[in-house]
Amino acid sequence: MSNKQKKKLTPVQQEYQAFAKAREPKRPVLTNMLRAFFVGGFICLIGQGIADFFIWNFEFTEKTAGNPTVAVLILVSVILTSLGVYDHFAQWAGAGTAVPVTGFANSIASAAIEHRTEGYVLGVGGNMFKLAGSVIVFGTVAAFVVALIKTLLGGT
Amino acid sequence: MLKGHQSWVFPSKPVILSTGTVVGPFEGKGPLAEDFDLIHGDLWVGQDSYEKAEKKMLEEACEIAVKKAGLQKQDIQFFLGGDLLNQIISCSFAARTMATPYLGLFGACSTSMEGLALGALLVESKAAKYLICGTASHNAAVEKQFRYPTEYGAQKPPTAQWTVTGAGMAVLGPQGQGPRVISATIGRVVDMGISDPFNMGSAMAPAAVDTLTAHFRDLDLSPSDYDLIATGDLGRVGHQIASDLLIKHNLEIPEEIFTDCGMLIYQPDQPVMAGGSGCGCSAVVSYGHILNKMKKGELKKVLLIATGALLSPLSYQQKESIPCIAHAVAIEHIQ
Repeated sequence: MSNKQKKKLTPVQQEYQAFAKAREPKRPVLTNMLRAFFVGGFICLIGQGIADFFIWNFEFTEKTAGNPTVAVLILVSVILTSLGVYDHFAQWAGAGTAVPVTGFANSIASAAIEHRTEGYVLGVGGNMFKLAGSVIVFGTVAAFVVALIKTLLGGT
Repeated sequence: MLKGHQSWVFPSKPVILSTGTVVGPFEGKGPLAEDFDLIHGDLWVGQDSYEKAEKKMLEEACEIAVKKAGLQKQDIQFFLGGDLLNQIISCSFAARTMATPYLGLFGACSTSMEGLALGALLVESKAAKYLICGTASHNAAVEKQFRYPTEYGAQKPPTAQWTVTGAGMAVLGPQGQGPRVISATIGRVVDMGISDPFNMGSAMAPAAVDTLTAHFRDLDLSPSDYDLIATGDLGRVGHQIASDLLIKHNLEIPEEIFTDCGMLIYQPDQPVMAGGSGCGCSAVVSYGHILNKMKKGELKKVLLIATGALLSPLSYQQKESIPCIAHAVAIEHIQ
C-alpha cells in the first residue's frame, strides 16, 4: 500500500487496527530509553578509559588518541558479534549499543558473516555494507552540504 | 466435494499414515521435544549454509515419514510442498532428492495445511494413492531473507516472533491406521492494512478468523464439535486478537480448546517475544505434538488453521501492507 493509499484505509481496516492496537503489548519506551542512556553512556566511559590508557602509556595526545580508541571499540564489537553475543545484548540495550561506533561495526560484521556462504566477492564484499551503506552515503552527503555552507559563508 | 462456498468434505476420509518431524536445537529445548522424530543439536545440520540445512531437514523429514508408513520412496506418487525461501528452493531441491513428481506450493506459513488439504483432495479423488506433503523453515535462513542479518543488534518489539527451525512432512493414503482428514476450508486473502513485519500476529489474526467463520458456516458446525482448535503461528498477540475477534463475530471458542502452535512450541522462558512463527511452526507442532495426542486417544477431532503472511521483503520496503491467508483442515481419529 503506498503512502497515498495508507491515508485511505477503509473504515473496516481502521476499526480493526484500533481493535488490534488495544491488544498489542506496547514497546517499553521508558525502560528502553533508560537502558539506552546508561548502556550508551557506559560504552562511552569505556571509550574514555581506552583513550586515557593510550594517552598515559603511549605518546598520544587527546586529539590523536581518538583513532586507536575507535579501532579498539570496533575490534571488541566485531569479536562480540562473531561470538554471537552482541545481538542478544543489543536486544536488551537497544539504542544504547546501536548509536555508538560499536553499533556501526556490528552492522557491517553481521552482514559480512551472514553472506559468507555466498562467497567472498558476491557475498561478503557485495553485502557487508547493506545496512551501513546508507549511513555512509547520507553521512557523506550531509558532510558535503555542511562544508559547502561553511565555505560559502566564508568560515575558516 | 465442495460444501458451502469454500470448504471440501472428504467422505472417504484420507488417512495420515505417518509423519516425519525434524527440528533444530532451540526447538529441542522447548516443551514439545519428545514429540519430534529428530532433533538436531547443530543449527547448520552438518551443512555449509543455512539454506542447505533447511533442505536437509526436509529430506530427513520425508525419509522418516516414508519409512514410518512402511512404504518405499517409489510408492509415493506426488510430493506437495513449499517453504519461505525465494522460489521455494528448499522444497524443490528436496523433491529433486526424492525424485517424486512434485507440485510446489506457496502459502507462506499456511503451506502446511494448504498441502494437507490439496493432498487429501488428490487422495479423495483417486488422483493419487500415496503422497507426501509438508513444509519447512529455518530460523537463520528465513531471517536472512525477510529481516536483518541474524547477528545484527536491532531491538525487536514485543510483538515480534521467532521463526521456527523445523520440517514436518505427512504421508497420506486412502486407507490404513491413523488420523483421518475429514474436511478442509480454503481461506481468502485478507488484508487489514497492517504493514509492520514485526507484528505478524495482528496482521494474520483476521485471516484466521475469516477462515474459521467460513468453516463453521459452510459445514454447519460449532466450535464445540472439536476437541482442539489450533491456529498456526499467530503467537500470543495474534491469538488474543483472534479470540476477541471471534467473540465479536458471535463465534466464541472456549479458551481450553483454542490454542496456537506458535505458543506451544517454546518454553515461556525462551526469548521468543510473542511466540514461534514460520512454515515449520504449524507443520512440526501439528504433525508432531497434536497428531501424537490424537494417537494416544487424548483428542478425537481437531481443527488446524495454518496462517500465512503473503509479504515479500520487497513489498514491505515499497510500503505495501501485509496480505494474509489461513487454511483450515479438520482431522479425526477414532480408535
